[in-house]
Amino acid sequence: MTTETLIWLIPLPPVLAFFLIVLFTNKNKALSHSVAVGAAFLSWLGSMIVFVRALGVEHLGEHPFASSINWLPTGETWLKIGVLIDPLSAATLFFVAWTVLMIFIYSVGYHNYGQPAGDHDHAGLPPHGATVTDDLGHKHTVLSVEPMYSRFFAFIGLFAFGMYALVVSDNLLTLFVGWEIMGLCSYLLIGFWYGKSSARNAAVKAFMTTRIGDVFMLLGITFLYYATGTLSYREIFTEEVLHTLATVPSGVFGLSAAGLIALLLFIGTIGKSAQFPLHVWLPDAMEGPTPVSAMIHAATMVSAGVFAVIRMFPLLSLDPKTMTIVAFIGAFTAIFAATIAVAQNDIKRVLAYSTISQLGFMIAALGVGAYVAAVFHLITHAFFKALLFLGSGSVIHGMEHGVLHTGNHKVDPQDMFNMGGLRKKMPITFWTFLIGGFALSGFPIITAGFWSKDEILADAFGHGHLAVFITLAIAAFMTAFYTMRQITLTFLGEPRTKEAEHAHETPWTMTAPLVILAFFAVTYGWVGIPEHFPILGGLVPNWFHEFVGGTLAEHPEAVEFNIIPLATSLFVALGGLFFGWLTYRNVQSAEQDKLQIPLLRNKYYFDEAYDFLFIKPLTWFSEVFVSRWMDKSFIDGILHIFGPATGGLGSFIRDKFDVPVVNQFFGDGSADATYWIGKNLRPIQTGRIQQYLILSLIILVVIGGLLFALLVRSA
Amino acid sequence: MDFLNTHLLSLILFLPTIAALIMLFLPSGETKLLRWFAFSASLIPFALTLVLWSNFDPDMTGFQFQEQYMWYEAIHSTLHLGVDGISISMVLLTTLLTPLAILASFSITDRVKPYMMLFLFLETGMLGVFMALDLLIFFVFWEIGLIPMYFLINQWGSANKDYASMKFMMYTMGGSLGLLLAVQMLGVLFGTYDLVALYERWNSLDPGSILLGLPVHTVKTIAFWAFTIAFAVKVPIWPFHTWLPDAHTEAPTAGSMILAGVLLKLGAYGFLRLVLPFYPLEAKIFAGALALLATAAIVFGAFGSFGQTDFKRLVAYSSVNHMGFVVLGIAAAGLAAGTADAHIAMNGAVLQMFNHGLSAAGMFFLVGVIYERTHTRNLEEFGGLFPLVPVYGGILIFMSMASLGLPGLNGFVSEFLVVRGAYPVLKIYTVVSMLGLLFTGAYILKGIAKVLHGPMNEYWARGEHKLTEINTREILVVVPLMILILIIGIWPAWILEVINKAVVALF
Repeated sequence: MTTETLIWLIPLPPVLAFFLIVLFTNKNKALSHSVAVGAAFLSWLGSMIVFVRALGVEHLGEHPFASSINWLPTGETWLKIGVLIDPLSAATLFFVAWTVLMIFIYSVGYHNYGQPAGDHDHAGLPPHGATVTDDLGHKHTVLSVEPMYSRFFAFIGLFAFGMYALVVSDNLLTLFVGWEIMGLCSYLLIGFWYGKSSARNAAVKAFMTTRIGDVFMLLGITFLYYATGTLSYREIFTEEVLHTLATVPSGVFGLSAAGLIALLLFIGTIGKSAQFPLHVWLPDAMEGPTPVSAMIHAATMVSAGVFAVIRMFPLLSLDPKTMTIVAFIGAFTAIFAATIAVAQNDIKRVLAYSTISQLGFMIAALGVGAYVAAVFHLITHAFFKALLFLGSGSVIHGMEHGVLHTGNHKVDPQDMFNMGGLRKKMPITFWTFLIGGFALSGFPIITAGFWSKDEILADAFGHGHLAVFITLAIAAFMTAFYTMRQITLTFLGEPRTKEAEHAHETPWTMTAPLVILAFFAVTYGWVGIPEHFPILGGLVPNWFHEFVGGTLAEHPEAVEFNIIPLATSLFVALGGLFFGWLTYRNVQSAEQDKLQIPLLRNKYYFDEAYDFLFIKPLTWFSEVFVSRWMDKSFIDGILHIFGPATGGLGSFIRDKFDVPVVNQFFGDGSADATYWIGKNLRPIQTGRIQQYLILSLIILVVIGGLLFALLVRSA
Repeated sequence: MDFLNTHLLSLILFLPTIAALIMLFLPSGETKLLRWFAFSASLIPFALTLVLWSNFDPDMTGFQFQEQYMWYEAIHSTLHLGVDGISISMVLLTTLLTPLAILASFSITDRVKPYMMLFLFLETGMLGVFMALDLLIFFVFWEIGLIPMYFLINQWGSANKDYASMKFMMYTMGGSLGLLLAVQMLGVLFGTYDLVALYERWNSLDPGSILLGLPVHTVKTIAFWAFTIAFAVKVPIWPFHTWLPDAHTEAPTAGSMILAGVLLKLGAYGFLRLVLPFYPLEAKIFAGALALLATAAIVFGAFGSFGQTDFKRLVAYSSVNHMGFVVLGIAAAGLAAGTADAHIAMNGAVLQMFNHGLSAAGMFFLVGVIYERTHTRNLEEFGGLFPLVPVYGGILIFMSMASLGLPGLNGFVSEFLVVRGAYPVLKIYTVVSMLGLLFTGAYILKGIAKVLHGPMNEYWARGEHKLTEINTREILVVVPLMILILIIGIWPAWILEVINKAVVALF
């Protein structure tokens, strides 16, 4: 099979799995997950083959694998769609394939495959556990299988399709198609347990918030399509087209056309990758099952947002104003989300805010022109964040086991203050989570997160963006701090609740993906060690920079080595970890936590503010202003004038003309007149012949006289 | 075979009427027979339309399958039929939706015979508008379509049917008055009603000359608005839209399907077939006004929809929102006539007509399915019904997403094309319309959230109220729509190519 054909085929297995499960296998759990995991495996296999072949091509950036077909007739021309594998998409494909496959396998265990059906479970709510009787006649409550097990695999199949389609696209239109399909899937999966009001609201919130970005992005796509006549990257990123876009003014905020288009597209990313000020949906997205969180936070959705803006980097970098905005949004989001993460107690929420913050790092990296560093961090982050989410799911799963054991359902299995000491109960989860957490914190040398974050800091410093550098450094310190807080509260010390004491390691389908992801969370950093790094530099070639940098027409130069950013990144990582441990090693409950500041705990009251500023007024506008006032009262009010007015006119004509003139005067009047004449002539009808003769004689004389007078005189 | 080929259009057009007349002689009590007869009869025009489609040559310009019969000799009006790439897609939509609507009406038990007959008459009325190449015939069919729909709403509608049917009838009739006068004027001026002949003569009028005692320009402007208002009411363009939520809501399910699916397209089709070709100059001059109203329809339609508590009204308002994009495309095409932008916008507008026909019919049908079972349309009385009706829920989400314009489904393609075509010439309007798209999402999600999601309303879970799953017949109604929605979303070229070639030739 040619590589091009293979690339076309990569996204297909998961979407076929979606249709197969929905239409045919949804009653059979084993078949459904086999279809889904099998499909994910096929896509993984295809991706790996393509990746390996891509590695074998010299100057892949100039000679990528590409193929396209006619899709939409547009007047005399066609809008083409197609696939493209250049270094950027090859590298992206690699991490997507791995994380997706791991999440699929993990989901089998997470949804309690093989466990009995729950006692009171029903579709739309998380499983509550099942009672089983063992051989000795003892009753136990155990985890029960997810009632909508098959449906889950169908949805994540569609989700994976969206991501694969987005990655292999050679144009913005199909990228947008994949982008929106992921939006739909995130909606369906965040609201997977739709019976809970919170899940339903979170799903709507996610869809609507990202849609704000999407609308602007579509506008950007439209503008770009109009300005260049194409949406294909390779046709846009030519020198002439870019030059034209950079020189034509857009007429908005003094930006060039390129600047405005890039800004509009970037707003799409703000929504999708949950950057300030559209970050509000991501933490609520925790309402979905944990594999979904991993899917959204690592493998697909938010990575897609960053991927899109990385894709458009040649356009983005044309206008310095846009770059400044991007850098600002990224850096601000990085530190802003980190401060919130410090005060969260839900194990998944901490990770959610850390995702927002880390995405901010990538965006900021792009804003300072650190193209390769952004891609690098995107990939390492995907690995360690998928690991952390799946790890947290494993923790929750273990805790749920404890909750079922004690039967105390008031204990929140996601609250870190209910945990503690889990390292002994769940060793594999602990060690892998530790690796993931250290990678997130940027623990020096061994973890992948260190290398990618260090490169961002080095680039920010090297390109002279001191404000960005300092902001990101502080954010990195906080990252290490809250990560260690999380690890300490969850795994270290002694169990703080009975439930934590009875927590249990999870099955292999869950732990195996953790181990594999942990492997990448460590080793992936080693492919991108800067050449001039003390001691280690040059031992292994900086393959990543060479490879991914080749995507751009102008190969980006690696920044010169400087000790300041390195020292900074060593200090913030180790310092943050140390302080996190120091502060929280003896904290027993939320009351003892000094950082539970209401402002931070309540996420700076963004939800409340948006509700007050936008949702309430817009609801009022549609329910009261448009529906009631404008349509019902005003427009219909005018229409309703016609009815009575026509009726009034009719009544008027009838009352003032028909009745008095036609009916009464002419109609009744003529009858009355006839009657009156008849009545008054009656007295002469006496029946006497003599009178009649006299009358006849008189009339004869009168007529004769008249005739005589008229005829004779006129003659 | 030869007869079939030469009379294809008239067969498609009149077979439903003939079938309706045959129904007169069928026994009224045999509801099963009547239903199946009507359904089978409506399948024949559909099958013939497929023949038509496969024999249609998109590369040929002008009208194909033309037929002409003398109709009213004294005023030179002929029954002139013909189709091009634009009308053939509308014919396909009509002959597809009618059998589905009839199948959807199998649950009707009250006076089945007249009900089915009205549907068949309705089909002829609608097809006639799409096929007519004679102004007077166009107008005749335009009015014929109204009457069956009036009775369907008035006799088989729900609580407020008298008000709604009256409003529908009077509004549309009132709107058409100007159209009738303008049509007569053209007929009197040129001694013919034939569209093909009129296109040439009307546009070759010397702009400086005097017509009926007025400058040509003034006459044209007046006639332009007479046409425009008639079609604007039908589409409906804001602020002529308030008949629509009432009529759609009160009509029986299948009536709403056809109303939203086809009848609204008659108005938009009038713009394409008559307004733009007859009044290119006026269309250019007044494009801004038209775009403003289209934008208002998009934005206020979305807000209006979001503000409803009645499920069916919510869907009804969504038609205002979606048809706004058709009008926006028309306005852009009028403004940019002759350019690639106009072609793209017009492609989008025509495809949007087709797409909205599919998704709106599907949405109204799904509302009907749940209304038949629960006898309520109040969103607040549903809630959490998904576990009770998983198949229905899945279909509803699919259809909602089509309505929302999810990429990968049909609505996205047409909206994207309209926006792309309109953007260069009507920037501000396009940008505001796109913000309207945002609220499209809001009301669609509101519908799903209130009906399917959230804590379950236990009232529907057990006892005699227990909500039953969508049945096989109902699934058969909606599956063809879903398949087409998906196919157009993934591979729009099959239909868009036909439309595109006609559009390039015309505009």
